Order: sequence, then C-alpha cells, then structure tokens
Amino acid sequence: MSPDISTRVGQIALERPTMLASGILGISLDVFGRLYKEGAGALVTKSLSKEPWDGYPNPTIIGLKNGYLNAVGLSNPGAPYFAKMLSQNQTIPIIVSLVGSIPEDFTFMIKQFENVKILGYELNLSCPHVEKVGLEVGDDPELVHTIIKSVKKESKVPVLAKVGLGSSDYLETVRTACESGIDGITAINTLRAMAIDVETARPILSHKIGGLSGPPIKPVAVRCVYEISSKFDIPVIGCGGISSWEDAVEFLLAGASAVQIGSAVGEKWTGVFSEINNGISKYMEKKNYGKISEMVGIAKKF
Amino acid sequence: MQKSFDTPKIVTIEKVVDETPTVRTIFFSDEMLSKVLPGQFAMVWIPGINEIPMSVMVSQENGKAAFTVRKHGLATTELFSKKVGDQIGIRGPYGNSFTIKQGNLLLVGGGTGLVPLIRMITFLKKSDNVTLVMGAKTKLEVFFEGLANKLLEGTKHKVIVATEDGSYGEKGLVTDVMTKLFQENKFDAVYTCGPEKMMHKVVQIASENKTHVEASIERMMKCGIGICGSCCFGDVMACKDGTVFDGVTLLANKEFGYTHRSKSGILDNY
Repeated sequence: MSPDISTRVGQIALERPTMLASGILGISLDVFGRLYKEGAGALVTKSLSKEPWDGYPNPTIIGLKNGYLNAVGLSNPGAPYFAKMLSQNQTIPIIVSLVGSIPEDFTFMIKQFENVKILGYELNLSCPHVEKVGLEVGDDPELVHTIIKSVKKESKVPVLAKVGLGSSDYLETVRTACESGIDGITAINTLRAMAIDVETARPILSHKIGGLSGPPIKPVAVRCVYEISSKFDIPVIGCGGISSWEDAVEFLLAGASAVQIGSAVGEKWTGVFSEINNGISKYMEKKNYGKISEMVGIAKKF
Repeated sequence: MQKSFDTPKIVTIEKVVDETPTVRTIFFSDEMLSKVLPGQFAMVWIPGINEIPMSVMVSQENGKAAFTVRKHGLATTELFSKKVGDQIGIRGPYGNSFTIKQGNLLLVGGGTGLVPLIRMITFLKKSDNVTLVMGAKTKLEVFFEGLANKLLEGTKHKVIVATEDGSYGEKGLVTDVMTKLFQENKFDAVYTCGPEKMMHKVVQIASENKTHVEASIERMMKCGIGICGSCCFGDVMACKDGTVFDGVTLLANKEFGYTHRSKSGILDNY
C-alpha cells in the first residue's frame, strides 16, 4: 500500500501536503483548477486588499544567479471582485490571503467571502515591500492582536498568519498571534533585499527594495519553522525556497505539517507539485512512514 | 534555450531605423537574442520607466538582435525615443515559438504583430510557398513590405498589403483578403499575430477551412517567467505556456478574442 500523503494543518485537511504559495499565479479560478488537478493540495490566492491594486511599475520580478527578487506591490483585483469569481467554486481547496492595515480592512473582506466555499484565510503579516501593510503590521504586536481578534470573531473558517522577518523579533509576532487565537502559522515570507545594476548604477526593481525568494532563503525558513514548532503548540506551514521533494521533507522534519511552493513554479512550472508529492511518497515508503504526521518535527528529538 | 539567469543585461543601441512616423526598429548586439525562435520574446527594461515584453525582430546581422516598437503608452514611447548609444536592459528569451511547418504557408499580421512573422520567414525552407498578408489602417502605417519581399527573394511567394482606407494595396481588412485566398487556395498552415480581434477572426477562418493555425497572443505581463500570474489567459499563462497557441486550444479558451486582464487582474472586454 502506498503511503498516505494527506495531512492536516489544525482544522484544515489537505489531500496532499504541497500548496501553492500566495502571490504566485493565483489570479483566476481556472488557474487554481489547473494547479489542483496537477497536484497542489491547496491554493493560496494572491493577497487581496479591500480595493483593486495595480502594483508597482516593472521591473517587479527578476531572477538572480540563485533565487528571485520581487516587489510586485501586491497587485490584486480586490476582495469583492475575487469573492464574486470564487463564488462558483465547489471543489477546489482555496485559502484566501488577505492584506490590510487595520482590523476593519480585514473584517470588510471577510464579509465578502461569507458565502464562498474556501478552506480558510491566510493573513499576510509579512509582505516586505508595501508600506503600511504586511511586515509593518507584523512588526506591531498591538495591531497583530486586534486584527486577529476581529478576524477570528468574523470568520467561520480557520485563520492562518503568514509571518516573515521584519524589524522586530518574529517569534514575538508568532506569540501574539497564538495568544490571539490564530489557527496556524505560515513561515516565512520573502526577505527584504535589493539588486543594483552595475552598468547603469540603478536599483533594478522599480520599488528599489523587494523580497528575496527561492533556494537562498530555504535554510532561514527551515530554521524559523523549527523554532516556531519548538516554542509554540501551533500547526506550521513551511514556505521558502522549496523546489524539490528533499526540500519539502526537510520542512516536514523541522516541524511543518504542510509546505507552500512559490518560486519553484517559475523554475519547474506546474508539474512541480506532483513531482514533489511523488518524491515525498517514495521517501515515506523507503522510511516506512504510513502518514505525514509520523514525520512532522522528528528532527527536534535530536 | 540555455540561459544563466533572468537578471536584465544592459545593451547599447547601435542603430535606429524609422519604419513609419510611429514605428521604429532598434538594433543592438546580443548573441542569445539574435538566435531566438519566431514568437519568442524578451523583457525589455527602459531604466527609470518600465519593463515590457517585446517580440524579437530579425536583425539580418550575425550576433545582432532588434525590437520593433510602436509608440503608444509611456514605456513604448520612451523605447521609441531611444537613440544610438542609449542603454536598455534585456532578459530572456522567453516563451514558446511557432511550429515550423512546410508547404503552402499563410502568414497574417497587423502592425507590430508582424515581427514574429517576419522572423518566421527566416526559418522557412526555400521550397515553401509563403503568402504574407499584412494589414494597416492607412498607407503611411505600412511597414516591412520591402523587407518581407527581400527575405523571401528567390522563393515562390506573395506579399499582400491591405489598408482599411484603401490608400495602398487592397482595401479592407487582412481577414477579408484571407477569406478570398481560401476560396482559391489550400494552405498547410496559417500563422498570425496582431490585434486579438483580428487573430480571433483569422483562427476562425482557418478552422472553418480545416487548416492548422497558430497565433501569438499578448497579455498584460509583469514577470515574463511564470511567477506573477498577470498574463493569465484562461487556465494558461501567456508567458510560459505561450505566447503561441494552436487554433483548437484558442477556440476552447473563452477569453480569446473577448477579454484580457488589467494590471490588478480584473477581466476587461476587448
């Protein structure tokens, strides 16, 4: 019998442990359907705001020798538009990512999704390149507390918080989130970074500073997942530089119950989900694990 | 195609050719882009302004590449205004390309959509019989006619120009010419690039005539490398799954010919 690769992130049940990370391709129901068919266990939408955002002018994403640098600027069609689009959804496991500055932004958006079939929400407390949202919210414990409290009061589905490395201790953000009733943590977002073209002496991204993703940030993300799952009794989703099944397994061993894949979609395209799922399955067979939960966090026993 | 990474590489403009009062071709040296397949594109960085996808034009010189740009918005106007010695950044090539078939081939293009079709010509066999139909609003906006004839020299070919106001060539749309051509000819394949409404009609006509057809489509593009999702077109991405799709795929895509997405991702009608 082949191993069971289904998993649970708290109350969220997933057929497969590989999710599409927020910000990647997540703009239409048709695309979500395709990625689900191609192996993703769940799809996280682009971070939605109250109103449509155009994002920054290009260049917004560039590749580096290793990894990617982006400051897209959270372009998205807005929560009301997106909720209407998702209202036709019946079968696709979608997690809605939300971005905002104050509790009212989030509660307004959650109202839009009241009658839409979704698995849960992921609050973006960690985008490193847009002012007054993302990391700037994540770095403010008071705000994190009031936002999560109000979201939890409104939401009928589980709520995750996506954290990143800002100017404050990210473990304090996690602590606040846990104390405020969060259902799970996604770690981590991109890391603040920049690139300068030496010929023109110009920062390449139009926003100058953006976020680094891909293989270079993986060891940082593994460390964060390990720390969070060691210090708090909270389900964790690992995210950051996963591009192979070995990477995914590493996150599971560090304490993640599921993983998110982002930059590797650009590198390997849509087949990346089934490739990693198959690799995990073979690893489990070889190591005699019947369920994902048997391997979650076992690196911590050493 | 092998490429090391996706960081813009700075190149210097070596030559600028006026095609029409609003269309120019700019030339620069780049080994990689000089060899791209027809339909492939590059992301072109105009420092301080924007970065836009551009289909790679033929340069007719080893190691050189070119872009043909029509001034339209801020970025294309800036690119159009670049002079010899100015610098731009390029990354790529990206995307797939037209499938190169043999025999009786029909190429239908409008405006700067002619670029991948002109590039296509340089990949065809001497034995192919090429008919190129090019459309423009008026005589002043016709370009690449001479170049197409030059590139097709010594082969059996026809270059037909259609202008909407009848000021040059045949009066009417390229699709009118195409319908007439299909009444008297059989084609082995049709290739098209230009305004989407035009391509939609071309694909319909070819399909009604049971002829293989491919179109290179355009969408709002940010990353060009299958990450941001801006160029989503039904359940595919123009940058990574395309930009070239066959007629069967296109006619099954409910967005083809009707809608495209804005910068925020909202579907707008054409």
